Amino acid sequence: MSFDVPDDLRYLDSHEWARVDDASARIGISEFAQDELGDVVFVDLPSEGDEVTAGDEFGVVESIKAVSDIYAPLTGTVTAVNDDLTDRPELINEDPYGDGWLIEIELSDDAEPDDLLAADEYSDQIA
Amino acid sequence: MTLRQPPLGDAHEESGATLTEFGGWEMPVEFESIRAEHEAVRESVGRFDVSHMGQLTVSGPEARRLTNRLVTNDVADLAPGESNYAAITDDRGVMLDDTVVYRPPVDWSVEADYLVVPNAGHDDEMADRWVDHRDSWELDAAVENRTESFAMVALQGRDARGLLAAETDADLGELGRFETTVGTVAGVETLISRTGYTGEPGYELIYPWNEAETVWSAVECQPCGLGARDTLRLEMGFLLSGRDFDPEENPRTPYEAGIDFAVDLDTEFVGRDALEGADVEGVDEKLRGIELVDRGVPRSGYAVESADGDRLGTVTSGTMSPTLGRGIGLAYLPADVDLDESVRVSVRGEPKKARTTATPFLDR
Repeated sequence: MSFDVPDDLRYLDSHEWARVDDASARIGISEFAQDELGDVVFVDLPSEGDEVTAGDEFGVVESIKAVSDIYAPLTGTVTAVNDDLTDRPELINEDPYGDGWLIEIELSDDAEPDDLLAADEYSDQIA
Repeated sequence: MTLRQPPLGDAHEESGATLTEFGGWEMPVEFESIRAEHEAVRESVGRFDVSHMGQLTVSGPEARRLTNRLVTNDVADLAPGESNYAAITDDRGVMLDDTVVYRPPVDWSVEADYLVVPNAGHDDEMADRWVDHRDSWELDAAVENRTESFAMVALQGRDARGLLAAETDADLGELGRFETTVGTVAGVETLISRTGYTGEPGYELIYPWNEAETVWSAVECQPCGLGARDTLRLEMGFLLSGRDFDPEENPRTPYEAGIDFAVDLDTEFVGRDALEGADVEGVDEKLRGIELVDRGVPRSGYAVESADGDRLGTVTSGTMSPTLGRGIGLAYLPADVDLDESVRVSVRGEPKKARTTATPFLDR
């Protein structure tokens, strides 16, 4: 089975993605990650204004069978949280790169997007 | 350690199922998605490979006496074609396992006055237990561990009857709960039992190991893994051996576990005298249903606290109920904690509002 790994995103080896746009980034988990987890039933996310630090856990995604920490690909301040996930956590399964996004952050000055994996590097990792 | 493979192991691998270790067996946990499999059973029908369940046959003039002295329920009264649910307790009344004991129909070609079905990974232990007690009580009975002689498939859901009826010559219309009959399914002689672990009407099929695929493919419908089996049983508050009770990790009596109906103190089983005392004095703790009011999923090991923050107990099993859309779980709580009482479940250190509730969680 092969999984979608969009070229325009950067990845962490723990299966989070970041869509970097200048000084901000949207963050989610990869299609591979949602498939490993199975039916997502609950998410625990930070609030707007919270700080997240690259490499540190910032929330939890729970499926029926597993609890999984999620790690921040980049350091920054949370500017938006996907509230739709509260009632419809299954969006993470249905559309992990779209409606199933988790948070948006304003990047800190020392954020290092270039340290993240490119799509081809991440594809190799999950192959 | 090499995992034991069910007779359908190759079929599961080809189907792309996710596999997991359970009770020393490599079993499918998920074929499509736990939710889809769960819903198939609640709304229509699903099939499960449960060949990891143990099968012991007990035969001979004193098979009845032996078995009745090793399980908490009365199996002496079972007529051929009947079965019942029982616990297997030690002399302290602590549950070692739970089981269904069958008195197979006389026309089953397998030599068995009783068929005892312990949980996955308990078959050797229970076979030894039967043999050791037979020897020390000097009873005339043959005990055989036939776990790897039989495939076992559960067909569960309201459409199970129609599906099975089309494939068998057995008369399913007459079959009541916990009753068994013998028929052919796709030409294979099968012990058909109206039992299950989901709360839905359905059947468990016990038939020769080497015919595993013949029957499995004849009853084609949504294949379901252990993931859905767990969410389905938990919605019904059914116990999982090794999780909701365990002689080492969580020693419990049948009364604490809430299966009083499976204990018959009028029979002379191992553990009876200890349980008689417990019956008179009452239990200190009882297994209760917990339903989360806040969003969240109770998991095994999470603390249950009073509304004031006092520790009351620990979640033994928990999940997000696919049917209810709420977190549900089981926990042993002090017997004076009422039903419908406000409690809290500590989810990663955060107290979540919950309430105690009777089981099953679903009306069935």
